[in-house]
Amino acid sequence: MGFGDLSLLELQQLWWIVISLIGGLFVFMMFVQGGQTMLNKLADDETEKTMLVNAIGRKWELTFTTLVLFGGALFAAFPLFYATSFGGAYWVWMAILFCFIIQAVSYEFRTKENNLLGQKTYEAFLNINGNIGVFLLGMAIATFFSGSEFILDSNNFSTWQNPLRGLEAFANPYNWLLGFSLVYLAKINAALYFMNNIDYEPIKNKAIESIKINMIFFLIFFLSFAIWTLLRDGYAITEDSIIVMQQYKYLHNFLEMPIVLAMFLMGVVMVVIGVFVAIRYKKTCCIRTVGAGIVLTVMSILLNVGLNNTAYYPSTSDLQSSITIMNSSGSHYTLKVMAYAGLLIPFVLAYIAYAWYSMDKVKMTRKEIEESSHNY
Amino acid sequence: MEDYLVDWSRAQFALTALYHWLFVPLTLGLGFIVAIMETIYVKTGEEFWKKTTKFWMGLFAINFAIGVATGIIMEFEFGTNWANYSWFVGDIFGAPLAIEGILAFFMESTFFAVMFFGWDKVGKKFHLISTWLVAIGSNLSALWILVANGWMQYPVGMIFNPDTVRNEMNNFWDVILSPVAISKFLHTVGSGFVMGALFVVGVSAWYLLKNREIKFAKSSILVAATFGLITSIFLVISGDEAAHQIAHKQPVKLAAMEGLYDGEYGAGLVVFGLLNPNKTLEDEKDSFLVEITVPKILSILGYHELNAYVPGLKDLVYGNAEHNIMSTAEKIQKGKIAVASLEEYKEAKKSEDALGAKNARLSLQENMKYFGYGYIKAPEDVVPPIALTFYSFHIMVYLGGWFLLLFALLLFFITKREIRDYRWLLYGALWSIPLGYIAGEAGWIVAEVGRQPWAIQDLMPVGIAATHIATTSVMISFTLFAVLFTTLLVAEIKIMTAQIKNGPEGGH
Repeated sequence: MGFGDLSLLELQQLWWIVISLIGGLFVFMMFVQGGQTMLNKLADDETEKTMLVNAIGRKWELTFTTLVLFGGALFAAFPLFYATSFGGAYWVWMAILFCFIIQAVSYEFRTKENNLLGQKTYEAFLNINGNIGVFLLGMAIATFFSGSEFILDSNNFSTWQNPLRGLEAFANPYNWLLGFSLVYLAKINAALYFMNNIDYEPIKNKAIESIKINMIFFLIFFLSFAIWTLLRDGYAITEDSIIVMQQYKYLHNFLEMPIVLAMFLMGVVMVVIGVFVAIRYKKTCCIRTVGAGIVLTVMSILLNVGLNNTAYYPSTSDLQSSITIMNSSGSHYTLKVMAYAGLLIPFVLAYIAYAWYSMDKVKMTRKEIEESSHNY
Repeated sequence: MEDYLVDWSRAQFALTALYHWLFVPLTLGLGFIVAIMETIYVKTGEEFWKKTTKFWMGLFAINFAIGVATGIIMEFEFGTNWANYSWFVGDIFGAPLAIEGILAFFMESTFFAVMFFGWDKVGKKFHLISTWLVAIGSNLSALWILVANGWMQYPVGMIFNPDTVRNEMNNFWDVILSPVAISKFLHTVGSGFVMGALFVVGVSAWYLLKNREIKFAKSSILVAATFGLITSIFLVISGDEAAHQIAHKQPVKLAAMEGLYDGEYGAGLVVFGLLNPNKTLEDEKDSFLVEITVPKILSILGYHELNAYVPGLKDLVYGNAEHNIMSTAEKIQKGKIAVASLEEYKEAKKSEDALGAKNARLSLQENMKYFGYGYIKAPEDVVPPIALTFYSFHIMVYLGGWFLLLFALLLFFITKREIRDYRWLLYGALWSIPLGYIAGEAGWIVAEVGRQPWAIQDLMPVGIAATHIATTSVMISFTLFAVLFTTLLVAEIKIMTAQIKNGPEGGH
């Protein structure tokens, strides 16, 4: 029994599950972005700031790579989405890319002698990446539920209907909610990461304080997003492959896929419990619980919008142009080949975990940063 | 307007790719040189080698960061600016990109952190393995993206599906083991290895010219020149294979590389030539104002035969019955039939006309090979810009030859003489750093400009491949990229030079 024995639909579902997993891991790894927005808040002096930068600086490339993989996997598994969305919502994706381009140089260049733009600029780049980059990604994902303006022709070539090329998503407050949710989630996760990664009381205490505020904002935005999503009409696929609007579609999806609902509820509860324990008992290990909770929650949201005969990238201009996992995927052969390549993912995760464990066995201390010559 | 959109889309892709290629070669080559140095350290236990490794590793990290920054856009730009392309061939093209992410990028990024920050955190052996894995990971990522590029130059392992209106992969092994992909990979990473070596010998030569860091610089030259000499020879061999592949798979590109208008038996290689700027395909003027040609060499290069016939641009455009070369006009005819058959097929499907659909499909299959020609207006349009292709190719070859000589000279003088007495050679090494970058970029110009007007050889011209978007949008993003990348490049060069001036004792 190999992947070749799976039907095309099964392979499409498998790949949507893999993409949802990568998406979940990416959002978890966004603690890097969250941390970048809190450098001045959590640090009282330059050394503390350098500690923070180095704590996330040893992970930023993993987050970055996860984003790249997310894009690559979408291209390979669902090329019609890749072509339509990236080419169509041009300015949103370009803005996101610029946010990540400026991030990539900032760690390395920040404190280097003769760095042209100065330390403050590179720190501002990190801040832009952490706030605007994450916000825009959240907005872009929200359009999976709220829809975009495009039409597909008989060659499956797309034409975007709005001259703002994706920026029109700003006009819909629903999209803002997920954007802000992600921004605050990343900040909370970053504080938990710092608590776990750095052995230094002052930072730990400030991190706990920051979680208290950010958690309130997160809950407001996220619960609004979740409730709105469950109450809104969704884009359903009928048995004749026609796209129709269906009342409470996303609520129905949860009820019709109890495992996905369980993942969602469990994920949210894990996040809440993890955050509570971190604040109440000052435990440093809560990032694991919260992290797993984030992966589960994000996965369940993506599974909800992609599976159970749902159009995951709907068109508000022409309902029948809406993109589904069925009409946007690669061929059976390609999905099969990719599934075999995907077998390497557990192996990759294993060596990442091992390298991560080896590097983080000893927590970072103020002394280490003051004495080391290898700092960002 | 449409034409301008394609031009700006191409300009943006060229800009971002050329910038990206300023950083990638050094990563490919320096990664291995650093790994070799650290291996010497682990074997000998000498602190000197640890310090040497760390110095080059510091420069590697600066370069790596900006390579990552310029790299992310490359992956998404297929979607943002070449949306139709992305659908038309995404089923084949996406897979290597995704595998690149799974297989290579994670290896690079995970072990980069260990390599850079792990000196006191992990054991010596684990650290050394990490350094090697960073080098291997970088080169693996080059493998996958070059497989993808090779496929665009010579599409194999797929079949056109008129129902989805795209090409679908039907043989993964044909795609990754395509001879064009393999020769492209070997030649391209080879150029990266040479670039890494040029960088190390160039910087070391500067120290020697300044009478600084003598032992460090000499040891570095010894390692890098050895590495450079071996990889330069490899570069020549893989270049020969690349030319052989081009002769068979992209004869128009080969003819443009050599400014060959009329086909010849036993064609010579132009060693030096000034193209006649007034020459057109239709006239009988000389192709060159001045030219020095070595007879027979082009036939040998392209076909491994002394007297092989190398078709010229005229043969390829207007056809040559004697050599069984179809004219481009005829290919355009067939292409138009293919495009029309596809439309007929779609119509027949819609009206549930099974017989009509079957006939249209047969006609499409018969002419699919020339599908892209259906969008070409005039036969002459399949000729790429000759001057740019010709000069880029020759500059690349001259420089490649010079690098081979340079490494040989450096190795001789560093082992047999006091190299500091030969300042001309040290200056030669120093100035070869920018030359290395020029050679690499010239190589890409040959590869990409030389295959115009095709986004995918014979199947899709660039005009069809581009995203439908307002030209001004692309002009704006082009400008943003130009400003941002130029700023970052200046910052990188300033940081690098400051680090080099501080030297291996200066710390990081």
